[in-house]
Amino acid sequence: MASRFLKSTVIAALLSATAMPALAVDLEFYFPVAVGGKAADTIESLTADYVKANPDVKIDAIYAGGYNDALSKAMTAARGGNPPQLSVLLSAEMFTLIDEDLIEPFDAYVSEDEKKSWFGAFYPAFMENSQTGGKTWGIPFQRSTPVMYWNKEAFKEAGLDPDHAPANWDELVEISKKLVKKDAAGNVTQWGVRIPSEGFPYWLFQGLSTPAGAILANADGNKTNFDDPKVIEATQFLVDLSKKYGVMQEGAIAWGPTPKAFFEREAAIVWTTTGNLTNMRENAPFDFGVGFLPKKERFGAPTGGGNFVLFKEASQEQKKAAVDFVKWITAPEQAAKWSMATGYVAPRADAWETDAMKQYVKDFPQAAVARDQLQYAVAELSTYENRKVTSILNDALSAAIAGEKTPQEALKEAQEKAEAILKNYR
Amino acid sequence: MTGYDMTVADRLDRALFTIGAWMLALLWILPLIYAIWTAFHPAAYEVNFDLTAPLTLENFPKAWVQAPFARYFLNTIILVLMILAGQLVLGTCAAYAFARLSFPGRNVLFALVLVQLMVMPDILLVENYQTMRMLGLVDTILAIGLPYMASGFCIFLLRQTFMTIPKELDDAARIEGEGVIGTMLRVYVPLAKPTYLAFGLVSVSAHWNNFVWPLIITNSVETRPLTVGLSIFSTADSGLEWSVINAATLMTSGPLLIGFLLFQRQFVQSFMRAGIK
Amino acid sequence: MRREWIYALLLLLPAMILLMGFTHIPAIETIIDSFYSTPRGRRAARFVELENYRTLLADDVFLRAFWNNLIYAAVTIPASIIISLGMALFVHSRIRGLSFLRMAYFTPTVLPLIAVANIWLFFYTPGFGLIDQIRGLFDLPPQNWMGQTDTALYTMIAVAVWKEAGFFMIFYLAALQTIPTPLREAAKLEGAGRWTFFRRVTLPLIMPTTVFISVNAVINSVRLVDHIFVMTEGGPNNASKLLLYYIFEVAFQFWDTAYASTLTVVILGMLSLLAIGQFFFLDKRVHYK
Repeated sequence: MASRFLKSTVIAALLSATAMPALAVDLEFYFPVAVGGKAADTIESLTADYVKANPDVKIDAIYAGGYNDALSKAMTAARGGNPPQLSVLLSAEMFTLIDEDLIEPFDAYVSEDEKKSWFGAFYPAFMENSQTGGKTWGIPFQRSTPVMYWNKEAFKEAGLDPDHAPANWDELVEISKKLVKKDAAGNVTQWGVRIPSEGFPYWLFQGLSTPAGAILANADGNKTNFDDPKVIEATQFLVDLSKKYGVMQEGAIAWGPTPKAFFEREAAIVWTTTGNLTNMRENAPFDFGVGFLPKKERFGAPTGGGNFVLFKEASQEQKKAAVDFVKWITAPEQAAKWSMATGYVAPRADAWETDAMKQYVKDFPQAAVARDQLQYAVAELSTYENRKVTSILNDALSAAIAGEKTPQEALKEAQEKAEAILKNYR
Repeated sequence: MTGYDMTVADRLDRALFTIGAWMLALLWILPLIYAIWTAFHPAAYEVNFDLTAPLTLENFPKAWVQAPFARYFLNTIILVLMILAGQLVLGTCAAYAFARLSFPGRNVLFALVLVQLMVMPDILLVENYQTMRMLGLVDTILAIGLPYMASGFCIFLLRQTFMTIPKELDDAARIEGEGVIGTMLRVYVPLAKPTYLAFGLVSVSAHWNNFVWPLIITNSVETRPLTVGLSIFSTADSGLEWSVINAATLMTSGPLLIGFLLFQRQFVQSFMRAGIK
Repeated sequence: MRREWIYALLLLLPAMILLMGFTHIPAIETIIDSFYSTPRGRRAARFVELENYRTLLADDVFLRAFWNNLIYAAVTIPASIIISLGMALFVHSRIRGLSFLRMAYFTPTVLPLIAVANIWLFFYTPGFGLIDQIRGLFDLPPQNWMGQTDTALYTMIAVAVWKEAGFFMIFYLAALQTIPTPLREAAKLEGAGRWTFFRRVTLPLIMPTTVFISVNAVINSVRLVDHIFVMTEGGPNNASKLLLYYIFEVAFQFWDTAYASTLTVVILGMLSLLAIGQFFFLDKRVHYK
């Protein structure tokens, strides 16, 4: 069958034969979609809008699977010497991408004024994972943060005030205890709370460790604090929710079925990404509330999601065109459109001031919760060799949840392992 | 033992046998039944099996717009057929050489072929990606198939089959003036039909389902096979939508499933007649 | 004779080029890479001797994945072979609903694992998942099958057996058809029961098929990891991590290609040994015939 390779060769031959002046800039950009097909459509239609307005630029927006797949794809392509020019990748991978020498900062392509007006327009919490060493390596786009959803009906049934969400850890335990329902045989039919811990437990765990007062890694991405007593305290609390208080399912809890578990009243309170908002709104068969993750010493949550990054191995024209495109797609109007279609947090304050967004928040005030929580948010755990380091923490958390190790043992070990990797980067 | 006892025992035996067969079948088809149930009901009934639940077709268009399945389906068919054709042609030639021709280094070369029996290209992802890049083949259907086209398993199976074919037939063909290639095509290939069928099924099923390598080597709709297309639904940040996933699964597997349902008799029988040994 | 060489080499050439290009040379490159450090953008690879191998021996994730894979192989291979033989015996007899049974057993072959894994995810989901809904009818407590370190691997094994058995059945079915009917009638006249007939006649006659199927089953016990991508990602705490998935993770998520090469070398070694072993085993069988 006619392969792309053959086709492009033929086209190239035809083009050179007719001696067309090479005016057009070709851009290839990878995007991950972690929220299903609608988001992919939105990106594609936004891209199409841009191309319509800028006919000299041709953009090939390539859906590259989930966050992991997109990163894998970009890295394999880069290792094979064939990277895209632009990509939306997990913001937490900044150090990895820098270490691989794959990306370059946006600074060289914007004026001093724009550095203030453009970089400065984004919420500072989102810029934590986007800037290091005084340079801006990523532009926030597909960003999120976890929030707490609660089932107001279940609250009423349990005799609780449906408009009062648990505001701190003690309340979380007390309220969850009241929400646990058992059938005649003593089997739980409704859990108080569900904090998913499968796949990437470290992320929602940051919603516990941050309120406990710990920061998991330094801003240079070369030192972790996994054995900080506050991290251990947070882990202990997570374990206790199942083992001591009996308000959460034991064992690793899957991420994927979480919204379904909420709809099915399997759990009355769930923690998950704000990217789920649209899904919840469309499918929850009951009235629900959205709130901050409960506080301990303070409020706190990680940010998450993807940034635009600029690949090094592109021509000057391509990079310029790429930056121009990013400027456009992260501009208030487009950011608002994207946010409303997906539930991701529009990453800059002026996007929330657009008419469309104002109307949206008016109809659906829950949408603003994630934005308001941003003032307490911290960077998603991000270090050099990020995946390896986060998987060390994931394993430690899973081991503690499974009861294979005590939180103390697990985290001490994790810190040693992380240290062995990160000491090379100091 | 009286005749009466026999029939009772026989009947019991028969009943147990039938019940066992049906239980196993129900267990095996459960995922398919579930897929059908969810695909034809609104999402709210994904986990509630209420017989009065309203039927709906909305999941199919929903799934259909999330990915260009027709294209993925076509890609997969091209891929599977291309690999199979390559494997059979290359395998036949190599197997014939190993089985019937003598040349220096035969054993060493055959040992090298056998290595691939176990060292599948699936394991050598990183190196193979670089090779494809060198060849300029990244993001082509050919690149998904190429590493699998010379199959050690195919060569091995065909060689073993060819070796069981009496040498006299070979000699007779030669006397009639057939050359090496002619003998191979007129004597060996027809007699090895069972092996071709057996291997064909192994190959088609393996590549119909292959996921990891295609995921890495393809970027675009024009090249992506079904498995990679379907994985879109498994990576949802916002949770799984089983009704849509299953509608997609049914749409893409439906043609094959119906094909098997219609032709199962002929299919299984021709396979049996061939009989692999 | 010389002409025969030339023919032989010409016939072999295309297959050998592809085999070399996508198996042997990459395998050798993998071995070489395992003695170097991973090149990062800013640091070139350097020769580190056996350091990667030392890391490997101290890597508890590798040891766990290795052990898991042994269990995975030790259960899936015999289980899928036995179940597939059972299925073949069922559909080989005259039985009510033969077409339905055949199709039921065959479904896993046409449903891609990557898609079906989501369905299995629902089956295993605690609380409202299918298994727990059924258990609920008997007042049994919900079980978090995929979320517990002691059961997660077995949930993966069950999916793999489901996937494989229906496929292998086809081969057994074909083999059973080749057993001559007179043999069966003769056995019946001599009063041999079903079990005796099966043990003394059927089993030996389908032995070559069993060998054929085992080769496939062994390969699959290393290769079949698609469902892990969707269902557990190797967790919790690596309880369901298999070697090929770990290689994928190290190579394409940790980007530690040198270490991934080291892991690959270990698997290559094991698989080559198996390949050689199987060759002698198979070769003997064929010559006996």
